[in-house]
Amino acid sequence: MVDSSEQIAEEVGKYLSQHQEVASTLPAAGISWVDAHREAASKRFEQLGFPTTRDEQWKYTNVRSIARHAFDLSLNPVDVNPSVINKLTIPNLDAHRLVFTDGIFSPLLSQISDLPKGVTIISLAALLRSDPSRLENKFGEVVGEPINGFNAMNSAFILDGAFIEIESGVKLEKPIELLYVSASTNEQALALPRNIVVLRKQSSATLCERYISVTHSQSLTSSVSEVYIEDNGILHIDRVNEENDKSFNIGALFANVGRNARLKSNSITLGGRLVRNDIVVRLSEDGAETQLDGLYVVNDRQHVDNNTQVLHDHPRTTSREHYKGILSGKARAVFRGHISVKPEAQGADAVQKNNNLLLSPEAEVDTMPQLEIYADDVKCAHGATVGQLEEEAIFYMRSRGIGYAETRQLLTHAFAAEILENLGQSSIKDYIENRINHMMGLS
Amino acid sequence: MLAISDLRVEVDGKQILNGLDLEVCPGEIHAIMGPNGSGKSTLANVIAGRDGYDVKGGSIFYMGNNLLDLLPEERARQGIFLAFQYPVEIPGVANIYLLKEAINAIRSSKEEKELDAIDFLSLVRDKLKLLDMKEEFLYRSVNQGFSGGEKKRNEIFQMAMLEPTLAILDETDSGLDIDALKVVSDGVNALRAADRSIILVTHYQRLLNYIVPDYVHVLANGQVIRSGDHSLAAELEESGYSWIGGGGEGKSLGASVG
Repeated sequence: MVDSSEQIAEEVGKYLSQHQEVASTLPAAGISWVDAHREAASKRFEQLGFPTTRDEQWKYTNVRSIARHAFDLSLNPVDVNPSVINKLTIPNLDAHRLVFTDGIFSPLLSQISDLPKGVTIISLAALLRSDPSRLENKFGEVVGEPINGFNAMNSAFILDGAFIEIESGVKLEKPIELLYVSASTNEQALALPRNIVVLRKQSSATLCERYISVTHSQSLTSSVSEVYIEDNGILHIDRVNEENDKSFNIGALFANVGRNARLKSNSITLGGRLVRNDIVVRLSEDGAETQLDGLYVVNDRQHVDNNTQVLHDHPRTTSREHYKGILSGKARAVFRGHISVKPEAQGADAVQKNNNLLLSPEAEVDTMPQLEIYADDVKCAHGATVGQLEEEAIFYMRSRGIGYAETRQLLTHAFAAEILENLGQSSIKDYIENRINHMMGLS
Repeated sequence: MLAISDLRVEVDGKQILNGLDLEVCPGEIHAIMGPNGSGKSTLANVIAGRDGYDVKGGSIFYMGNNLLDLLPEERARQGIFLAFQYPVEIPGVANIYLLKEAINAIRSSKEEKELDAIDFLSLVRDKLKLLDMKEEFLYRSVNQGFSGGEKKRNEIFQMAMLEPTLAILDETDSGLDIDALKVVSDGVNALRAADRSIILVTHYQRLLNYIVPDYVHVLANGQVIRSGDHSLAAELEESGYSWIGGGGEGKSLGASVG
């Protein structure tokens, strides 16, 4: 494997040397625990390199084209005119908005005002500079060891992102929108968002995480979000990817869900050249619950990989997982749903579904449920389907006078509807529906 | 209105209709009866334009036009309606949405204005009453989770909404208990009109006690072998299909899948 390690060294080397160059200027550099964390992650990145298809978790998602390209971390992002952003925001979404251009927080484009008492929403870099102690033991507590080179790369820099903390008993009504904008035109923009979300006991919040491009340039985003939900907390995350068709987006969400607490996540992938969403949810106390939904609508040569892991560590934990995909052109989708139930997690209840609709003979899906169950008293069901629009349903609608093209669009839309119903805000739902209709040529 | 002559149809390379002739005039109700496999449902599906039915010869003219040239949706827009033997479940599409799309597609093909929400709803409520259906039913996905009876009722409800010129009811009576059969039949009878023709495809005579046809045709081996008035149905009730020979069955045999 001499070749392989040389290759890793070459691919990772450029980022490591950039790391060496900028280490002393990164936020909170010089604070020993921060330095130690970045240093350890950097070493880990050096060992891991970028994943290859020899890695079981990446068997169907080839990231060679990312590894070979020289992306460049932008510490000084380009200016984006607020009017450009305003045109791209979700209509009627009244939210606390944090905007990041190429991964760096933009105060000019963001709107955070009138925060209720007990709510902190701040750029991570700003907090690292102003009050780093608040973040001690927050990095990697949920992640543990980075699970792949992309996570390690993110941890090696810990540059910017969002820090959100909701105090006990506070229910934040207005959603928080995190808008990540790929803005550089140099074909090598690299963004490494790092988000930390803490919900204290009995608090609740809704998050909308959105990735968009304002140019036709290539970019790489490798994000890590760490989420802690304490007892009885409720967090809803909608994640929407709408980047251009040259963009790479590798996202990882790690969540720790406490007693009777609940995490609801909805991953919508519409854009991007290659999108990988890793979600790891640890149901770490009695009665913890999660609902993971996803929808991918992909075309041409888009590649989307949803890789989820639900860890039922305690009794009476519940998970519901439903991912749906609509594939046209030569698009490819991968779904892996790993559910693991520990011996002590009696009364665990897990349901997982993945349904795919192939609108073209050249589209391809690989779907893999993986169940690892060590307790006796559990309910666990899973099912996966890959199919086409039903001829019977098409004929039924046509026999009522509805044209062929419109019938196909209506049925496709109906297929997606089940997931869209669960989005956190009706404005987001309307927006995504319109986007999909537009993609399917319906509007 | 409908003129079928010497119709020959194959399904999967097998000849099902074998020189069938049928003429239907405006306002008439024709019952097509016959044993399983005689070609009853094939006839219904060929008229509606379903794929997989290979017309090898003969013709179907509808209102003077060659029906076989038209797509299923074009046939529907010209007033043809098929009540399905097995209504299809369509998760995610609400009944009311399907109806609205269908009505407006038909209207716009005639260059009529789309119905506004108020007119549409009052029409819907009217027709719901006719079929003794609750309004909540409108917001459920098409046929999803419906009982057999509800599905058939929904077909006739759609027929009432779309007001076809030619309706083909394919085994609408199968799977209905006597109460449901009565509701469905009352619905169909209410839709009888001088300019509307109906073809009832059925295995059993029972339906014809409720919807009295002008003509009864017996189909066997892909041809009409006997035609008559309503009394022919009563005769079949007596003798079953055994007299037909070859592929015929007694009247008491189970559910038809013809």
